[in-house]
Amino acid sequence: MLKNSCKLALKKMKHWMMPEKAKTSLATFPSSAEIVSEPLGVVLVISAWNYPFLLSLDPVIGAIAAGNAIVLKPSEISPATASLLAKLVANYMDTSCIKVVEGAVPETTALLEQKWDKIMYTGNGRIARIVMAAAAKHLTPVVLELGGKCPVIVDSGINLQVATRRIIAGKWGCNNGQACISPDYIITTKDYAVELVDSFKCELELFYGKNPLESKDLSRVVNSNHFARLLKLLDEDKVSSKIVYGGERDKSNLKIAPTILLDVPQDSLIMNEEIFGPLLPIITIDKVEDSFDLITSGTKPLAAYMFTNNKKLKEKFVEKVSAGGLVINDTTVHLAEPNLPFGGVGDSGMGAYHGKFSFDTFSHKKAVLYRSFAGDVPLRYPPYTNGKLRLLKALLGGSILGIIRALMGWSKA
Amino acid sequence: MEKSIAELRETFKTGGTKSISWRKSQLKALLQLINQNEDSIFKALDQDLGKGPVESYRDEVGVLKKSVTYTLSCLEKWVAPKKAEVPLLFFPAKAEVMPQPLGVVLIFSSWNFPFTLALDPLIGAISAGNTVLLKPSDLAPACMSFLVETIPKYLDNKAVKVLAGGADIGERLLRLKWDKIFFTGSPRVGRLVMAAAAKHLTPVTLELGGKSPAIVDTLSTTPSKAKVTAKRIVGGKWGPCTGQACIAIDYVLVEEKLASTLIELLKKTIKRFYGENIKSLKNISRIVNKHQFQRLVNLLKDPTVADSIVYGGSVDEEKLVIEPTILLDPPLDSEIMSEEIFGPLLPIITLKNVEESIDFINSKSNPLVIYAFTEDETFKKRILSETSSGTVTFNDSMVQFLCDSLPFGGVGQSGFGRYHGKYSFDTFSHEKSILHRGFYPEIEPRYPPWTHFKLLFIKLAYQFDYFGLILLLLGFKRS
Repeated sequence: MLKNSCKLALKKMKHWMMPEKAKTSLATFPSSAEIVSEPLGVVLVISAWNYPFLLSLDPVIGAIAAGNAIVLKPSEISPATASLLAKLVANYMDTSCIKVVEGAVPETTALLEQKWDKIMYTGNGRIARIVMAAAAKHLTPVVLELGGKCPVIVDSGINLQVATRRIIAGKWGCNNGQACISPDYIITTKDYAVELVDSFKCELELFYGKNPLESKDLSRVVNSNHFARLLKLLDEDKVSSKIVYGGERDKSNLKIAPTILLDVPQDSLIMNEEIFGPLLPIITIDKVEDSFDLITSGTKPLAAYMFTNNKKLKEKFVEKVSAGGLVINDTTVHLAEPNLPFGGVGDSGMGAYHGKFSFDTFSHKKAVLYRSFAGDVPLRYPPYTNGKLRLLKALLGGSILGIIRALMGWSKA
Repeated sequence: MEKSIAELRETFKTGGTKSISWRKSQLKALLQLINQNEDSIFKALDQDLGKGPVESYRDEVGVLKKSVTYTLSCLEKWVAPKKAEVPLLFFPAKAEVMPQPLGVVLIFSSWNFPFTLALDPLIGAISAGNTVLLKPSDLAPACMSFLVETIPKYLDNKAVKVLAGGADIGERLLRLKWDKIFFTGSPRVGRLVMAAAAKHLTPVTLELGGKSPAIVDTLSTTPSKAKVTAKRIVGGKWGPCTGQACIAIDYVLVEEKLASTLIELLKKTIKRFYGENIKSLKNISRIVNKHQFQRLVNLLKDPTVADSIVYGGSVDEEKLVIEPTILLDPPLDSEIMSEEIFGPLLPIITLKNVEESIDFINSKSNPLVIYAFTEDETFKKRILSETSSGTVTFNDSMVQFLCDSLPFGGVGQSGFGRYHGKYSFDTFSHEKSILHRGFYPEIEPRYPPWTHFKLLFIKLAYQFDYFGLILLLLGFKRS
């Protein structure tokens, strides 16, 4: 992903940097206009622990392409990668313009007290509020890439095997569910639920074997804090009885097996916070259409997914569900599509990046208007007369006929 | 208040504001409101700011009519999803970006252009399909009352509301959750708005201000160009609300040896446009209230500043009028040279060489606009690449505001976010990414258990090396 991001920026940067011509209208004739991209200045990138290289360097690629100086603060929760980043950046990049600051809360707090020209933060909503409040003191614009509960609606009449595999790939295949765009929970009809659960059981075994805790192809939970957090979600009274698959845990290795739950109560903890782990609740409803209201009753997620072959349902999904990005008949792959802006809305964040959107997010788009001295129209200047008012109305109205009439004195003031 | 906002949220939930026909009907109703109430609008502007009808039409009524008409003609295009290219690897797939309304938005407007700064963002918010709460500034009370009384008569009350009141109402509004806040005003209040928005992770657009300079390098070209330069400077300083505008020329930078020529031209032009002296002042607005009046008078209190006045300086406290005033080289550390003036006082700063303007401008925070009167193409390029501002306008003042295709907004301390034309629509929209995939073909290497073959496949896939992939699949590639 990073290699491609770099290559794309190298290939397209010149094109992105070119001023964009803007049309001018009769109101400012004669003139020409353009929009020029310029760097914002010194930017701060605070990244997360779950994709520590990608989420650190992908924004940095955009910031560099746009011509800024950068301070990168990788997450202390992934310390090995943070140190490696610091070392590699120092060895390969221009350290007078690109610096890595390692550390934890005190260092991040100190960084946030400084004045930046832009701050990009990837992480959770609680810290995002702190970041934005700190930015407000200096009127610093921010990009916040947060998360949410990314739902997957599963309709019947689809290729269930392919759908299941794609959900598994997006859930446990992505850092064992610890990804902002991982499917958080599934919504399907009561009638289809059993088939769906069976399909999961079958495919999960094919992917990870009979003892998933021993599978080398599953990442682990990042640390004991998160491990305890996930167990709390799983072991809640009204939830633990709903496990239909998995539930095994290995505390010493910080592993939890892929776990599926069926119909946990709506007011349970697991349905009210972003799971960010290998637990997958399935909520059942009577009709597929009911899923839209269920989703819109919660906060806007970073992504929403739907598996269906029904054209009308697809249209309804796209129209009704507000999320950062939507994927139909797959999960998470939109991340790899550089022509689509990647970002959230509402509680899942603000701003977007990837591809040219990264370049744009770290640029100021300066408007430039070139005027000439020819054609200086006296109606602009006082003393103001009724005739000037007439002409002004016609000019702002943009019609040449109107202007002629005004000049001839044929229109009303 | 909370009930009103709950109603806005309910209305948005029903989805009524998403339909193009609703948006168009509201925009048309707004146009009707403006057309049918021109005289009342002129009256309110005269009452609050002493704005004459031509200035009112040029800066408020005309701008709004143009904005609504332009939006109506482009709306269908803007609302349509935009296709995004998808690489062959994803085949079959369709990618698009679809604009969607953010939800319930809050607009704070300022007192100096009480109609434009309230209704232009409103046009953007409605065109993007949101429900809106508009909070006009109480420092322009007649205009605020007009908006409170008249908007409900023309627009959908369940979706567009106007709230009267002062700072306390503003504070209460900021404690609630919004899907977007659009603020026009001072950097000080901008910080408060953003801090409040942070609590709810609400995105904001801040249209602030700064000291917008005018670099003058055209006085030694032809006499007619010099005259036009002077007219445009005078028109760009005292024309809009007697200098009380975020994009008004704050101060001028000119070469030492040309300062007196400039001052003479400016004096002549001022007299022609606005009258000989404060008693015969016309075609110009007044200061909005006593507080601003006192602030401006205080800028001139410093004796070294008062000494630098070369024209004007008279004030009329009763009428809240300060005549167009020119200062030559007031001390650079005086308040008039460190604060945004926002009034009819024009400092002229002289430099040995006009190119020094660039460093001078860069020593201050990024302004909303840089005006540069020059025909030197190299100098123009230097100004563009070595300074940063929201906008740069060459050889004129103010008119960039009329250009719907140019984004209008600041950078750094002059704000962030932008609007006008399609940018207004965009600023009140969420651009949702959508990827449509098919079930076939399936790419096995996406799934575990992982093998060396699958890793190789992924490497080649990322390089979009389709030929390499074929070789791999046929068994001709090992590593």
